[in-house]
Amino acid sequence: MSLETKLPANGTNGAITGTFAVKAGLAQMLKGGVIMDVVTPEQARIAEEAGAVAVMALERVPADIRRDGGVARMSDPQMIKGIMAAVTIPVMAKARIGHMVEAQILQALGVDYVDESEVLTPADEENHINKHKFAIPFVCGARNLGEALRRISEGAAMIRTKGEAGTGNVVEAVRHARQMNKDIRRLQTMDEDEMFTFAKEIQASYELVKQTAELGRLPVVNFAAGGVATPADAALMMQLGVDGVFVGSGIFKSGDPAKRARAIVMAVTHFNYPAILAEVSENLGEPMVGINLDTLADNQRMAVRGW
Amino acid sequence: MCTFNEIRNTRYEIRNIMLTIGILALQGAFLEHAAKVRQLGVEAVEVRKPEQLEGLAALILPGGESTAMGLVAERWGLVEPLREWVRSGKPVWGTCAGMILLADRAVGQKQGGQPLIGGLDVTVNRNYFGRQSKSFETLLEVPLLGAEPCPAIFIRAPAIIEAGSQVEVLARTAGHDEIVIVAVRQGNILATAFHPELTADLRWHQLFLDMVAG
Repeated sequence: MSLETKLPANGTNGAITGTFAVKAGLAQMLKGGVIMDVVTPEQARIAEEAGAVAVMALERVPADIRRDGGVARMSDPQMIKGIMAAVTIPVMAKARIGHMVEAQILQALGVDYVDESEVLTPADEENHINKHKFAIPFVCGARNLGEALRRISEGAAMIRTKGEAGTGNVVEAVRHARQMNKDIRRLQTMDEDEMFTFAKEIQASYELVKQTAELGRLPVVNFAAGGVATPADAALMMQLGVDGVFVGSGIFKSGDPAKRARAIVMAVTHFNYPAILAEVSENLGEPMVGINLDTLADNQRMAVRGW
Repeated sequence: MCTFNEIRNTRYEIRNIMLTIGILALQGAFLEHAAKVRQLGVEAVEVRKPEQLEGLAALILPGGESTAMGLVAERWGLVEPLREWVRSGKPVWGTCAGMILLADRAVGQKQGGQPLIGGLDVTVNRNYFGRQSKSFETLLEVPLLGAEPCPAIFIRAPAIIEAGSQVEVLARTAGHDEIVIVAVRQGNILATAFHPELTADLRWHQLFLDMVAG
C-alpha cells in the first residue's frame, strides 16, 4: 500500500494527492478507450459525443505541424482552457521534451495529463522532464522497452508508442508495439542473473526490468499512438496488445470526423470481432491523406526525438 | 495443499453451485476487477454484448469514463438490458464511473446529458472532487467491513450528494465543505465512488460476492 502511515478517519485532512497510484490509476481508467487530438472546443465536443475517453488539446494536429515546419511549442493556455470548459472528460496537453516550465504551466492550468511529446520540438536534447516533481501524471512515447522503462524511471505513469505522428501511416506504431512485445518476451526467457545484463543493455533500471518480467507486460498502461487513421488500424494495435489508442490527425483531417471518431471508438471496444469492424468501417468518407515513410527525410521524423 | 483460492471457491460453490460474475468490458478497469474476483476463486467473464449477460450471477460496472461507457453501451443496445438487470434485482456493483451509471440522478454531466442505467436512489455529482490534480488516496472507516480502515483511491471521482431513504450509507469522506457519501448499498446494488480494484484490500469484492451468494 502506498499509505505508509495510518490516516485520520474518514479522510479528514488525510487525503494524499499526486501519488503514483493516483497517476497510474487515471491511465487505468482510460484503458480500452480512444484519446483524440482536438484543436477547438467544437472538436472536443464531437470527440466526447463520439465516446472518446479523453481529448488532447493542441493548437495544431501533427499533420499541420509537419506541414508548417518551424518550432512547435506548448499550446496557448487560453485555447486549452476553452477545451477544458467544453467537455467533462479528461483533457491532456503536450509539453516539449525536457521543457519542465511548459509542464508546470500545464499543471497550473489544471490539465489532467501531460504528454511529454516528440511531436513538439524538443527543448532539451539530453534530459527529459523529471516527472516525479509533478502532481499531475505524464504520458511519454517509446519505441522499445528500454525507452519505456527510462521514461517510467523519470516518473511517467503511462506509455504510448511513438509511431510516426501526422502521417496517417500506422507502420511505425506497429514496429514499436511489436518491438516492445519482442523485448518483453525475450526478457521472460531470462533467469534473474541475465536480467542484470539485459537491464544494462537496454539502459533501464534493474528493478523495473525485473518487475516487467514478473508482470509479463509494462508496469504501466501502454497505448498506441502515431499514424492510426482507420478503425482497422486501431483494432490492429489493440490486437498487438496495447491498452488503448491515441488518434491524432486521423480524425479531424478526414472527411467525416464525427462518424470516423465513433467508428474508431467502436473498433477499440470490439477489436476482436471482425464482423463488427466490417460494419463500423463502412462508408466513413475520405480518410486523411497518408504519407509514405520512405518519402520522409530523416530530419522530418518525429519518432527519433527523445533519448 | 489447499490454497486460499480453493477455500474461497469451495465456499461459493457450496452456496450457489458455480458463480460467474460478469464485468462490463466496454472500457476502463475491467481486467483489474476480473483479477480480484478470480483471486477470490470465482469465475469472471467480460461482457460487451447483451447476450453475454445470460447466465451470470452478478455484474460489475468498472471504473472508466462514464460518458464513453454510457455512449458505447447505448450504441450496442446494452442500456435497456442493463436497466432490466438492475430492475430485476440481480446483484450489481458500480465503481466510480459504474456508480454514476447506476445513479437515478447525476449532476455535472456533459452538455446534453449522458445515458444512465439508474436504479440507485441517489444524486451523484459526476466530478465532485475535481480534476486529476485533486485525485487522492485516503483511508475510509467502513464499519460493515470491520475495524481496519479501507485504503481507497479516488480518481476524478464522483460523490453522492443526496441519498434516498432506502439507501444504506457504508462510507463517507471529507468533501469540499462537507462530509460526502462515497459508498452505499440499496438492496442488491452496491456502489463505491473509489476503486477497490486498484488496492490490495479484497474486502469490497468479498462483500459483493457475499451479497451475490446471499
